[in-house]
Amino acid sequence: MTVESVFPRLEALLPHVQKPIQYVGGELNSTVKDWDACDVRWALMYPDAYEVGLPNQGVMILYEVLNEREGVLAERTYSVWPDLEALMREHRVPQFTVDAHRPVKAFDVFGLSFSTELGYTNMLTALDLAGIPLEAKDRTDEDPIVLAGGHAAFNPEPIADFLDCAVIGDGEQAVLDITEIIRAWKAEGRPGGRDELLLRLARTGGVYVPKFYDVEYLADGRIGRVVPNAPGVPWRVSKHTVMDLDEWPYPKQPLVPLAETVHERMSVEIFRGCTRGCRFCQAGMITRPVRERSITGIGEMVERGLKATGFEEVGLLSLSSADHTEIGDIAKGLADRYTEDKIGLSLPSTRVDAFNIDLANELSRNGRRSGLTFAPEGGSERMRKVINKMVSEEDLIRTVATAYGNGWRQVKLYFMCGLPTETDEDVLQIGEMAKNVIQKGREVTGQNDIRCTVSIGGFVPKPHTPFQWAPQLSAEATDARLAKLRDSIRGDRKYGKNIGYRYHDGKPGIVEGLLSRGDRRVGAVIRAVYEDGGRFDGWREYFSYDRWMASAEKGLAGTGVDVDWYTTRERSYEEVLPWDHLDSGLDKDWLWEDWQDALEEVEVDDCRWTPCFDCGVCPQMDTAIQIGPTGKKLLPLTVVNK
Amino acid sequence: MQRIRLRYTKRGRLRFTSHRDFQRAFERALRRSAVPMAYSAGFTPHPKVSYANAAPTGVASEAEYLEIGLAAVRDPEQLRAQLDESLPAGLDVIDAVEVRTPNFVERLEASEWLVRLDGVEPDQAAKAVRTFLAEEKVEVERRTKNGVRVFDARGAVAALEAVEPQVDGGTDTAAGTDRDVRTGRPCAILRLVVRHATPAVRPDDVLSGLRATADLAPPVPAEVTRLAQGPLDEESGTVTDPLALDRAAAPAG
Repeated sequence: MTVESVFPRLEALLPHVQKPIQYVGGELNSTVKDWDACDVRWALMYPDAYEVGLPNQGVMILYEVLNEREGVLAERTYSVWPDLEALMREHRVPQFTVDAHRPVKAFDVFGLSFSTELGYTNMLTALDLAGIPLEAKDRTDEDPIVLAGGHAAFNPEPIADFLDCAVIGDGEQAVLDITEIIRAWKAEGRPGGRDELLLRLARTGGVYVPKFYDVEYLADGRIGRVVPNAPGVPWRVSKHTVMDLDEWPYPKQPLVPLAETVHERMSVEIFRGCTRGCRFCQAGMITRPVRERSITGIGEMVERGLKATGFEEVGLLSLSSADHTEIGDIAKGLADRYTEDKIGLSLPSTRVDAFNIDLANELSRNGRRSGLTFAPEGGSERMRKVINKMVSEEDLIRTVATAYGNGWRQVKLYFMCGLPTETDEDVLQIGEMAKNVIQKGREVTGQNDIRCTVSIGGFVPKPHTPFQWAPQLSAEATDARLAKLRDSIRGDRKYGKNIGYRYHDGKPGIVEGLLSRGDRRVGAVIRAVYEDGGRFDGWREYFSYDRWMASAEKGLAGTGVDVDWYTTRERSYEEVLPWDHLDSGLDKDWLWEDWQDALEEVEVDDCRWTPCFDCGVCPQMDTAIQIGPTGKKLLPLTVVNK
Repeated sequence: MQRIRLRYTKRGRLRFTSHRDFQRAFERALRRSAVPMAYSAGFTPHPKVSYANAAPTGVASEAEYLEIGLAAVRDPEQLRAQLDESLPAGLDVIDAVEVRTPNFVERLEASEWLVRLDGVEPDQAAKAVRTFLAEEKVEVERRTKNGVRVFDARGAVAALEAVEPQVDGGTDTAAGTDRDVRTGRPCAILRLVVRHATPAVRPDDVLSGLRATADLAPPVPAEVTRLAQGPLDEESGTVTDPLALDRAAAPAG
């Protein structure tokens, strides 16, 4: 059955919407395959606007991995802005893919990648526009399998009602395994319909199918237990991990959009995982163990990617890029190869203590010395011990002096407010640190016009971290603390004018907290928000705290629990957490011990350089961290005759 | 420094490309095809590219122009083919000449547009055109960043006619009818030549004028294509090739 393009009908709407180019597809390196020549078809969605979704590496990687396979096709879809949504509803144009403008409902799988929980309402918009029932229980064999992945999927319980399944961990191999299961089931004539397919997926132990698990609650509202309700379905679902990144050099042909997007650069993931052990960091915990891409693998990806895209910047991505065992040689090798071509190099996540003068010089070789960003996260030494961000103020000042000495004039520092055990005094230390940075900058450069911007986000406790038991600071207390810091910075006559102060108010963090540590009962809240018009919750101009609170009251009525119960309440050791049956590889007892260490301000070293501290991931996966050095170097690509 | 003038298109769905979008896409195509670009001096060097008179977002074009400066000499036709290959289909580079004459932008005196009015009876369109042309002055409004602006849309119009709804060898309409092949609805097509004046008069403004003078109100947005821009032959009301002078000035061979 051939599926028709909705483009002719969409085209008539485009002159009436903002930035129509985002809906037409046609990106360089995009792929449109013959529908009828494929037997397994994926619609991949990043549930945010195109400008944010297109550069997403996860979607780009899976898109390419799937399309490379014979008989498999993948197309992309993104959230449409409310102006187009209204027109699509009026003219009955369904949610479409941007590649061939096929209706999402026609695909076998509708896969969504959630980097953040704030995309949940956008998923409901897309399902509804696609004509797919919002709740999994109402779907028929005519509907695609709705599958979630991404970091937020490590606790899929708040969206369990809307999902057919979820996959946690690395997607590269997982999507291929799922494809084969679907292919076999279709080839057999779809025995047992949708349920049989979901059962086959669930029995692999690597795909979570919420409907095959019953959640039992205690009288006080806590979870009693989570029990599989179908034969052969495992008690716990494990995460997927690809061990050798050099075997997966994706994206090979990165998408180059015509529309402007948030990241316009050739991104190469130089390693996955992180062993620094920052206790607030969900990404660092759930992506263990550390797996480095080799220096030569990185070199090949950069070379091929630049040829395929024409980008003028290379971003070396990871959770802490300066920690790659051969980062110095990588930066030098790439700078040697590409400075002539005016290609810039950036390290989006750089640690204070791993940044050194050589790296600074390699990164700025093409003359561009824009701002430098570091994330001490905690303002006081004590706070940094609690969160295990082992950076001393001395380290920071030394690094900053190096940076200023090498021509940088602008330093940006990231912090969090609302960390466990935090007091006003800890937060006021942020201002002191900024002053010391400026003072040092003035000393090193002999100039007065040194700027330091402090940017502060609210801390949200996340599942699968040592802080998963912690109470979240209320919105009011967060705002009060940040106001005190603002007053203390503004009131400083010597440095106040040179300190930029950016912060977010505490309200969005509470909604994020509700969604991060919520259970299945939170689904009713998300649905109520969506039905009340909630969209694009990651965007300040669309986010409505009041709508979320009103919807929470409605959605949680009769459950005996409320928003505070999910956010500001501290959990105990015995409590069954909503995500306990999703196995990130981390040992729950180790997480608890690390939580206790945090409260006692005890730090834990990085296992790259010190013995294993038994977080549980490696033994469970029967592996070890995969790091260099390889000792290889990036050689010049061509002999230059001058 | 060798300079080359290029003519390019914005076709089909890529007509929704904004000028800024095109600029980024073009500069990346230059990098991908390793064109030896000349760079501006200064702290952040930019490749030397100048664009002339870009068509609005949403309007298709067969005749956009730009000029690039090269650090090494290249054959214009080879360069054209290379860039065309590197750009997505729809953004096509269709002509290239080496620069041999000055004042190119001044040469772009007028544009010829094809305006496709889906759902409008051709007779009705022809009547509206006659009414519009009979006027000396047709005041229209346009909303700009600085509020509503009123100006004359008639004076800049050098030619306007309703033409047979047959484009691209008649693929637009079913044979022998004025029905659109895609929609089965009636479809009128206007050919319009507008002088490049200040304030600029766009096809949209002429459509506003048709509405104001003759109540012509298409049910769906018009599909507009720029067919040509260049020197205006006032007598025939046609636009000629702006690259002709450079071609003529090229040494024989």
